[in-house]
Amino acid sequence: MSEYLVEARGITKEFSAGRRKTIHAVSGVDLAIREGETMGLVGESGCGKSTLGRLLIRALPPTGGEVLYRGRNITAMKEAEFAPLRKEMQLVFQDPYASLDPRMTVRDLAAEPIETWYPGEKREEVTRRVKELLHAAGMPEEFLYRYPHQFSGGQRQRIGIARAIAANPSFIVLDEPVSALDVSVQNQILNLLKELKTSRKLTYLFISHDLNVVRYLADRVCVMFLGKICETGPTEDVYRHPRHPYTRFLLDAVPAPDPSRRGTAVRMLKGEPPSPADPPSGCRFRTRCPYATDLCAKEEPAPRETGGTVTACHHPLREE
Amino acid sequence: MDTKTLEIRNLTVSIPTDRGVIKPVNDVSLEVPAGSIVGIVGESGCGKSMTARAVMGLIRYPGKVTGGSVFLDGREITAMPERERRKLRGAEMSMIFQEPMTSLNPVIRAGKQVAEAVRLHTDCSREEAKARTIAMFREVEIPEAEARYSCYPHELSGGLRQRVMIAMAMICKPKLLIADEPTTALDVTVEAQILALLERLRDAGTSVLIISHNLGVIARICDYVYVMYTGRIVEQAETSVIFEKPEHPYTRGLFRAVTSLREGRDPLETIPGQVPKLRHLPEGCSFSLRCGECTEQCGTILPELAETEPGHRVRCHRTGKGGAA
Repeated sequence: MSEYLVEARGITKEFSAGRRKTIHAVSGVDLAIREGETMGLVGESGCGKSTLGRLLIRALPPTGGEVLYRGRNITAMKEAEFAPLRKEMQLVFQDPYASLDPRMTVRDLAAEPIETWYPGEKREEVTRRVKELLHAAGMPEEFLYRYPHQFSGGQRQRIGIARAIAANPSFIVLDEPVSALDVSVQNQILNLLKELKTSRKLTYLFISHDLNVVRYLADRVCVMFLGKICETGPTEDVYRHPRHPYTRFLLDAVPAPDPSRRGTAVRMLKGEPPSPADPPSGCRFRTRCPYATDLCAKEEPAPRETGGTVTACHHPLREE
Repeated sequence: MDTKTLEIRNLTVSIPTDRGVIKPVNDVSLEVPAGSIVGIVGESGCGKSMTARAVMGLIRYPGKVTGGSVFLDGREITAMPERERRKLRGAEMSMIFQEPMTSLNPVIRAGKQVAEAVRLHTDCSREEAKARTIAMFREVEIPEAEARYSCYPHELSGGLRQRVMIAMAMICKPKLLIADEPTTALDVTVEAQILALLERLRDAGTSVLIISHNLGVIARICDYVYVMYTGRIVEQAETSVIFEKPEHPYTRGLFRAVTSLREGRDPLETIPGQVPKLRHLPEGCSFSLRCGECTEQCGTILPELAETEPGHRVRCHRTGKGGAA
C-alpha cells in the first residue's frame, strides 16, 4: 500500500494550439499528497496549476505519465472501472457565479450529486441529506428553495462546497475557492474549509495565487513555474527559507499590509514571463533568474531533497 | 495657490431602480493633494469605483450625479458641458482599469491606440505622435518599445497590457491619474512592478487616486486612505495612522481579518454577516447590521464623519467623537 493518497508520476499535459504550436501546460510533474494533509499549490497565472489539479482527479486526460489513487493507477483504468472512484474526488471552482445552474434551487443543486451517486434514494431521504449538507456548509434551512442569484458570492461558494462534499469524497481539489470573495467573507469560507477537513477527514489540494491564504491552510506547499515544480516542502520551511530563487521572488512580491515597511527595497523580477508555447531550455526560470549560469540553459535541474524540502535548482539559495 | 489636484465635495450618485432610488455614492468628500497617492479601500459594492467614474464623468445612464461638486485643480467640472469635459479626459485626468484586456481595442495595434490619444489632444503630426508613444512606452518600461508599438493587445501579457494602458493614460501628462484596482488582475511579481511605476509617476508630478480592496497595496504606496462602506466614507486618515489605530468597527474588522490570516490564527477573524443591499440600508449607520458594538441610536441616527484627531475622521457613534451630532 502506498503511503500517499494521490500520487502523480511524470504527469504531462500538452494542449495543441493551432498548427505546429503546442502549449506545455504541465511537463513531467511528480507530486505526492498524503492522506489527511492539505497540499497548497501556488504559482502565477498560466503556470499550469489548475491543469495539474484537474489531471490529479482525472477531469482531464494526461498526455503522459500517470496518477495513482490509493496506490491504484487511475490513468490506465477504463471508464467503468474508474466510475466508482470518481465520487471520492471532487472539485470546487473559483467562480461561484459561473459554476451553479441559475435555474436550479439550492435543494436541487445539492441533491444532484446525491441522486447521481446513490440512485434510487427516496426523495424525502435526499432532502433530509441536503438539509444536513446545508447545515455542514453553514447555511440555514430556509435557503433550500432559493435560486443562486438570490445569494452573495460567499453563500454561493458555500453551495459549491456543499455539492462537493455531498458524495462523501476523500479528496477535494479547491481551485482558487476564495479568490473571488471579499476579505471579510473569504475568512468565513477558509474557516469552513478547515472545519470540514477535520470533521470529514478530507484531503485537499488547495490551488491559489494568494500566498497568505496558502500559508494559513496548507501543511505542505508546492511552487510551480511554467509547467514545472520548483520547490515542494513543509509550508513554514518553504516560506521561511525559500531555496528556489523563484519562490523567494514570489514571497517578496506580496505587499504587506504594514506601511512602516514602505521604502524597503522590494526585490523585483525583471522582464516578461516566458511563453508556455516555447519554454526555455534547461531550467524554465533561467531567463528571469539573476543567478542563472550556462549550466542552467544546458541541463534541467534535478529535484534534490534537503531537510524535507525538494528543490529543483542548480544554484539553490542558502539560508541567511 | 491651490495645492489640491482633486477635491470632491459632498458627491452623490443616484440610480433609479424598479424598487426605488439607490445611492452607490452618498455624500462623499475627499481630496487628493498635489504630488500624493491617495487610496480608497472597501469591499465590492461599496461605491469606490462609482466615485472614480463620477469624477471622470463616466457614470452610465440611468445613473446620475445628483449632488455635490468635483474640482480639478481648483476648477469645478461637474457642471461643465460634456464637450468641455471630454477635453479634460485624457489630457488633464486619466483613468486605468482593472482588466486591461477589455479596455483596449483588440483589432487596433497597441501603439496606435496610444498615439490616437496624443493626436486627439494635441495638434502634432502622425510621426511625432508615434515617436512620443514609443518614448512613453520606454518610460513605462515596456521592453522592445518599437516592436511592441505594432503588437495587437492579445500578443501582450497582462502586465504589458496594463503598461500600455498606463502609457495611454500618462501620455498627455495629466494632473490626475485614477487607478481602479490596477493590479487586481495581475500576478504578484507584476503587481510589484506596476506599483513601483505608479510611485515614479507620482514623483514626476502626477497625483494618483488608487482604488483597491487590497490592504497590502494600500499600505505599500498610499499617503492617505479613505475607507468606504455602502456608499459612504466611514473613516479617513493618513496611511500610517489608519494601519496603526483604525477606529471604525468596520475598518478594525477588515484589518483584523487580514492580520489574523497572516498570523495564522485559528479560527480566522471574520466580519459576521454580509454587506447589505443598498436598497435595504438602515436609517442610521449602515454597518450597524454587522457591528458588535452597537447601541440603540446606531440603527436610527446616522453618525457624522467626525474628526477624532487632526487628519483622522471616523463615522461612528461609539468610537468617533461626533456621536452627539
